[in-house]
Amino acid sequence: MHSNSRSFARAVAYPFNRSRSLEERLGILALAIALLFAMSHSLWAHEFKAGDIEIVHPWSRAIPAGAKVAAGYLTLKNDGSTADRLVSITSEIAGKSEVHEMAVDANGVMTMRQVPNGVEIPAGGEVELKPGAYHIMFMDLKQAPKKGESFKATLTFEKAGNVDVEFSVGDMGGENDHSGHGG
Amino acid sequence: MAAKSGRAALVAIAAGAVLLGAGTVYLLSPNSPLREQQSAVVEIGGPFKLTTQDGKPLSNEDLKGSPFAVFFGFTHCPEVCPTTLWEMSEALKALGDKADKLKVLFVSVDPERDTPEFMSRYLKSFDPRIIGLTGSQEAIDAVGKAYRVYSKKVPTDGGDYTMDHTASVYLMDAEGRFSGVISYEEDSKVRLAKLERLVNG
Ligand SMILES: [Cu+2]
Repeated sequence: MHSNSRSFARAVAYPFNRSRSLEERLGILALAIALLFAMSHSLWAHEFKAGDIEIVHPWSRAIPAGAKVAAGYLTLKNDGSTADRLVSITSEIAGKSEVHEMAVDANGVMTMRQVPNGVEIPAGGEVELKPGAYHIMFMDLKQAPKKGESFKATLTFEKAGNVDVEFSVGDMGGENDHSGHGG
Repeated sequence: MAAKSGRAALVAIAAGAVLLGAGTVYLLSPNSPLREQQSAVVEIGGPFKLTTQDGKPLSNEDLKGSPFAVFFGFTHCPEVCPTTLWEMSEALKALGDKADKLKVLFVSVDPERDTPEFMSRYLKSFDPRIIGLTGSQEAIDAVGKAYRVYSKKVPTDGGDYTMDHTASVYLMDAEGRFSGVISYEEDSKVRLAKLERLVNG
């Protein structure tokens, strides 16, 4: 990667140099691929904003037939200078939606609890709601999240107020980045 | 010079052999760490009598001769149970013909809500070879105890409840003896390797 980034520099600095080395050509190809990747990623990820709070990529998963619950995940970023709090949520798909925390302990036991006071987003910081950790729990489902579709929800923050968001629904094993998180 | 280094090599080989021998004796001794591990794990598993999602009885006797993977959960579970069922479905697909030898069991820790009918519908979203099991509270308590599974009903707002429970998958050999665990966060390659080892006996 290091030699590649050096060849990026060379390729950019001498755009009209016709005798590019193989290394430079590879560098340009890598740059093009990186750009493509960045573009497609931003198409899939989506963001919402309420005051200083940014809500990044709300997503959910398809659920088994007849299931009564679903989980939602997203990242909350606080660009402000004071902490804020996600206190409640409502959604068109659920009779009841709550913020939960889930964990799997060293003995392999899964526990899940409601977080009654919501999730704090520290000033200048961010909180990720993700599998194995904090999540939004959609209960008494009125409709099942379907793969490839999206559903509406409203998040309420203590300071930033209400914001409407849309959860995009992936595969049942979707975004199943098991290696990356610990819980 | 050559003779000298030859002798040195012989001495090194002899010393290595002595160390290897001592190590083997230690590992076979009653104080061996291997032995401790074995005796600690032997106690997982045991007899059970439950009902499948098709309403048919299934007991440990019916599983004699085929290795099986068994895990515990409930259908009102937002993440761990659907994920594990999904991952086991993927693993069965990846195992190909070898999957025929393996049984995969999903035992409900919430028999109150997980009737055979409800489980039957729920499990249609997964590999049809996965066997859902439920039963009376006593039967569920008994199988949970045999497998040293933790499960606890936790009341939530509005008279509802959720279940805390062991999320690991237990691997049992053709004799119904415990042979290993797949943890919830296991890498898919490791999961597959463990299942392959189990079916290869
Ligand atoms: Cu939850």
